[in-house]
Amino acid sequence: MAEDVKEESVTSNDESDLVASDGSLNNKMLTEGSCLLRRMEICVAEAEKRSGKNAVSMQETYTVYLVETRPMDTIAEGRNPPPDSLWRRYSEFELLRNYLIVTYPYIVVPPLPEKRAEFVWHKLSADNMDPDFVERRRIGLENFLLRVASHPVLSNNEMLYHFLSKEHGWKEMLYETGFQAKADSRLRALSATFRVRSPHKRLVEIKHYSDGLQSHTSQLLRARTRVADRLYAVYKVHGNYGRVFSEWSAIEKEMGDGLQSAGHHMDAYAASVDDILEEEEHYADQLKEYLSYAEAVRAVCRKHELSQFELEMASQDLISKKQQREELATGIVRTFSLKGMTNKLFGQEAPEQREAKLSLLEELIAEGEETVKEKTAECNEHAEKAWADIIHFKDQKDKDLQEALINYAFMQITMCKKGIQVWNNAKECFLKM
Amino acid sequence: MSGATVPADISGHMLDLDEDEDLEVFSKNTSLADGNPMPNSPDSMVNQFRLDEENEEEQQGAINKDIFVTVDNPESHISAIETFITYRVVTRTTCSEFDSSEYEVRRRYQDFLWLKSRLEENYPTLIIHPLPEKFVMKSMVERFNDDFIETRRKALHRFLNRIAEHPILSCSHHFKVFLTEEELAPHRKLGPGFLSRMSDTMRAMANSVRGLRSKLEEFAVMQEYVDDFSNKMCSVDKVTHRIIKEHREYMDELKQYGPTYFQWAESEELLAEPLKGVGSCVERCSKETEEQIQHLSEFLVPTLHEYVLCADTLKAVMRRRDNIQAEFEAKNEALASRTTDKEMLQEEVDDLADRVEQANNALRGDWSRWRTSMRADLKSAFISTAAKNVDYYEKNTYKRDRGGSFDLNLNLNRGWMRYMTS
Repeated sequence: MAEDVKEESVTSNDESDLVASDGSLNNKMLTEGSCLLRRMEICVAEAEKRSGKNAVSMQETYTVYLVETRPMDTIAEGRNPPPDSLWRRYSEFELLRNYLIVTYPYIVVPPLPEKRAEFVWHKLSADNMDPDFVERRRIGLENFLLRVASHPVLSNNEMLYHFLSKEHGWKEMLYETGFQAKADSRLRALSATFRVRSPHKRLVEIKHYSDGLQSHTSQLLRARTRVADRLYAVYKVHGNYGRVFSEWSAIEKEMGDGLQSAGHHMDAYAASVDDILEEEEHYADQLKEYLSYAEAVRAVCRKHELSQFELEMASQDLISKKQQREELATGIVRTFSLKGMTNKLFGQEAPEQREAKLSLLEELIAEGEETVKEKTAECNEHAEKAWADIIHFKDQKDKDLQEALINYAFMQITMCKKGIQVWNNAKECFLKM
Repeated sequence: MSGATVPADISGHMLDLDEDEDLEVFSKNTSLADGNPMPNSPDSMVNQFRLDEENEEEQQGAINKDIFVTVDNPESHISAIETFITYRVVTRTTCSEFDSSEYEVRRRYQDFLWLKSRLEENYPTLIIHPLPEKFVMKSMVERFNDDFIETRRKALHRFLNRIAEHPILSCSHHFKVFLTEEELAPHRKLGPGFLSRMSDTMRAMANSVRGLRSKLEEFAVMQEYVDDFSNKMCSVDKVTHRIIKEHREYMDELKQYGPTYFQWAESEELLAEPLKGVGSCVERCSKETEEQIQHLSEFLVPTLHEYVLCADTLKAVMRRRDNIQAEFEAKNEALASRTTDKEMLQEEVDDLADRVEQANNALRGDWSRWRTSMRADLKSAFISTAAKNVDYYEKNTYKRDRGGSFDLNLNLNRGWMRYMTS
């Protein structure tokens, strides 16, 4: 399956050749500057339930998703080969995403669909095995892959390619990169509170924006859920009219027919709310995606802050080392230090010791200067790349959410049109009473 | 001999002074029993109704309505003993029975109660439109709350107009007195006293315990219908109240939902317009829902409520009819077992037989009349509700349409270029 695809495009089987220094794949599939999606059709076609033993040897049921890929050029040529496919679990998608986050700290990595059903209105199942939930998750996972595969930077990643083509052994490959350790250390560093002396103005603004985006979308989603609940109740209660009219029509002569048919329309009205709210879930999903995106943006800003902080620490360290050197060289103690005190108390050291110390310091200072230079470059590069990706994100967000809002408006219009129809029908029936 | 409307047992009560008028009415009525429809009989009214459903109310009015009553202008009266509300009752009439063509009086709720009980006494098997209920403590509504007074006023207005439209009740002496006399108090003192009413009730109870010998099939069917109708009306009423409650809660949530869009719009540039658009649609929706609730409360709820009360009225009418029959049967039995005084007893029995006949006829006549107006009332209430719902959805569609035509022109660069060069 996946092997065929590989043979078509891979020049050598030696995987180390395939990987360039920045982790992108040297591969006809993934030419520099073009994104994977142009070369390959990707979709998450199906979902299936599986049973098996998990890590602690307990029986569990889980869902797997079928990831299908097809090279674009074969489609363009008119051939229609069957797609290559493999099965992936949600946890594997998570693994891929975490890898991408660690590998590209300055990129806003597209989010996954929610792990657990949140913002649930009462009828909607919060059960992960519920078919509607699974279906919406399938769509979300496909969306994730499409977004990643069309990203100018992320789409070149080797692990992404393997995720799509190598069913077994992909996880091992991933662990071999050692990203887990990086992820853990990053996580620890980020969760510590630190203050940055000269924060990057624009990125701070973006961070505040992303906080706002998070809170606004979650407020909206919460309110929408409650509205959905109430709307459901309103529609369903009309079903009671259906029942009562039907019973009542049995005892009436002239009014009977009109009442009975009106009752049927009330039943139809009550039933129509299920489809209406099902559709609205898609709108909610789009908002949830951007709720998660906001978190991703925030993470990028925070990571830059961390870099900045590390740079500042390194600079501080350099400065203090230089100061130490000066003190040692001139013998003048500018600042209070324990060394200074002990020197005063117990006398200074011998010149040889001082020389040794000085030369060590010089080494450290040279190292420090290198470190600072590196960190500065890293920080700036990070900021630049982050900024570029954030612009890219914002454009995408504006476009996507505008479309989502328009679709929502159309959904509401459809709902209203249905309502008009039902009540006009009911009115006709009442006129016949 | 045409039967009297007053019970044969005349112990200790005073006769109505204008009994003759009532007798006249009843002699007209017995001709009805022959099956000759009068110009303003229920049958011809029904025909009229079928001809022109649009203006049926007016048509009915055109035929037999020459008394037009309005109830308005509630005012509170405060005295040392109590506080109460009076309503202005204005009557305009071309009816020859009335001395003048226009009257204006003030009446309080108790006066309406008096009128109703007199009508019930005099026409025990006619179906009288219900009065709004007495103030009930548990309903948590203040007695002098504006909404309560307005609801009551409308119901009192309907009550009087239904009587005015009724071919028999509109000729009632008490009705005339109610509409025309400045002071009702002296008239309220006349009429069957408390004691006689008590004896009536006790006799009725005794009769019901004895049970009826045989009930005409048609009345048994009627009884069954009345019981079913009562159940159905209560159900429809309950469902309607539940719908209103759910609408209200929906509206409350919409009021929280709308602002989330506006709040978000504040931190957006390109998205601000679309967000505000959706937000204002949500706002509009909650206003429309409010109107919808208003409409239901103003039109459907009072009508359904009245027919719930009507169902009780019908039950009472059936009971009274049964009592009249029971009384007759009791006396009849007594007659069969008597050996002396047979003649006098026979007279009484004949009297009662007539009474039964009249009661049944009155009920029959009024039954179809009632059915027609019930149908008309409920039909128009439901139509109005459906129409309002259509209107609700139409208004929301229009708003969404306008809100939906956001500027699809994604002038992306505009906002961000500016930002980047700053």
